[in-house]
Amino acid sequence: MKAISVRGLRKAYGELEAVRGVDFDIEEGEVFGLLGPNGAGKTTTVEILEGYRTHDAGEVTVLGHDPQHPGPDFRQRIGVVLQQSELWPNLSVLETHRVFAGYYKHPRDVDEVIELVGLAEKRDARVKTLSGGQKRRLDLGVALVGDPDLVFLDEPTTGFDPAARRAAWEMIRSLRSLGKTVLLTTHYLDEAEQLADRVAVMREGRIVTIGTPRELTSADREVEIRYRRNGEEVLLRTTEPTRVLNELTGEALAHGEELERLEVRRPTLEEVYLALVSEDDSA
Amino acid sequence: MRLFLHELRNQQLVFWRSKEAALFIFLFPLLLFVLLGSVYTGKIYGVPAPEALLAGLLGYGCANTAFAGLAIQLVVRRELGILKRLRATPLSATTYIAAMLASTLVVFVLQVVALFVLGRIFYGTPFPHAIGSLALAIVIGAAVFAALGVASASLIHSAEGSSAVVNFILLPMAFLTGSFGPTRHYPSFLRAIGDVLPLKYFVDIMNAVYLHRQALWTKPGALGVLGAWGATGLLVAALKFRWQPHES
Repeated sequence: MKAISVRGLRKAYGELEAVRGVDFDIEEGEVFGLLGPNGAGKTTTVEILEGYRTHDAGEVTVLGHDPQHPGPDFRQRIGVVLQQSELWPNLSVLETHRVFAGYYKHPRDVDEVIELVGLAEKRDARVKTLSGGQKRRLDLGVALVGDPDLVFLDEPTTGFDPAARRAAWEMIRSLRSLGKTVLLTTHYLDEAEQLADRVAVMREGRIVTIGTPRELTSADREVEIRYRRNGEEVLLRTTEPTRVLNELTGEALAHGEELERLEVRRPTLEEVYLALVSEDDSA
Repeated sequence: MRLFLHELRNQQLVFWRSKEAALFIFLFPLLLFVLLGSVYTGKIYGVPAPEALLAGLLGYGCANTAFAGLAIQLVVRRELGILKRLRATPLSATTYIAAMLASTLVVFVLQVVALFVLGRIFYGTPFPHAIGSLALAIVIGAAVFAALGVASASLIHSAEGSSAVVNFILLPMAFLTGSFGPTRHYPSFLRAIGDVLPLKYFVDIMNAVYLHRQALWTKPGALGVLGAWGATGLLVAALKFRWQPHES
């Protein structure tokens, strides 16, 4: 069963084509990462799926609904963390959760959610006294309080310190274990690699590659082989590492040589990503 | 209905929690009444000065709460992204707006009661006679100024400037339309400006209903002008209203 299906999605703002033909599916229970630099079209895509924006062309189905004309249960079933939004500065964390809980037919226990997002100690603190990271956790809390099936997280950890980011990752992993479908946008690679079952890399309004983090770093990708010969660094790139290594080592053995500092490595996701998003249009 | 009551409660909580809102929107007209009431003496419109002042401040209170207060709160909520965030919840736009208007009316009604009680305590002003007409006039006035408030919020793009812009409209309007005292000694061009403003007609109705114990329907002309302003506000609000913040 697909939670989200997107076909040929296009969206322009005047002259600027923000999304230029995007296709992907997200299965129920999947954590899907949309990865890309700022301006790649991630937020536009997500806001079309959330029902905030119209699209110019293509087909979009979210939980069986057209987000532009959703049925009554659509908003009961989605939870949203916007890239930028604030909540009432003078309400407490508890009050804010209660306000949101009241909008849903079957909300989760408010204290349980506050505990889950790690704000139990700040339960009675006013929102305006929270730090940036705590406000972001509040956003996550109110997105979860309605017990949604599908959660949209638009750059949920931007501006977090490393410890807060790890904590947020744990929370997002716990969503997966609850069987929620998650659509996550991020420009942090490690975040996509850590959290997402599948990742789509977006660049200039298009998806340039899509797959599991493992597939992105292995499929049809060149492997690097490094060693030193006569004090000089040698670097080979090959899609057939087995054959090349066999030849190299065979030759070395035949000459009784040692391949100094021999190293075979796959490019990290970061290297793949940087290569993908920095290719120019002619490539 | 359950959602409406939940949201009405939320709106009240948000309103009274904000010291700025509670002070400037609710308390300020009351303070103004107590202060000016001690200054104005003698008779105005053939009634004791504090009574006439009370009628004028019912008008100022209405515009302050429903027009200025609502406009500022809406702009701030919109620009913070709160309105946008709420659009992703099951709370419908209709329920949200209905609860927001009802919440504004609750604040204004409390203010009206407080004005009458303060007047009675400090200046011996009578409680209103034509209660039905007064209640109806208050609902109509609140609706007209709320429509203008929502319309203005749609035309203001930043939260920082909203309070200044709204008060720049409100305070001169209150002076020109007799909310703080009669305008008959003003230069004629100032009175001419006052004559086209909606607050003038709401204050006229308050004078008729409270000071002269007349029924609301003795002022069809004033009701007509208020209706026209309300309809204009509603039209602008319907065309220009937005949930999303302006991109920075």
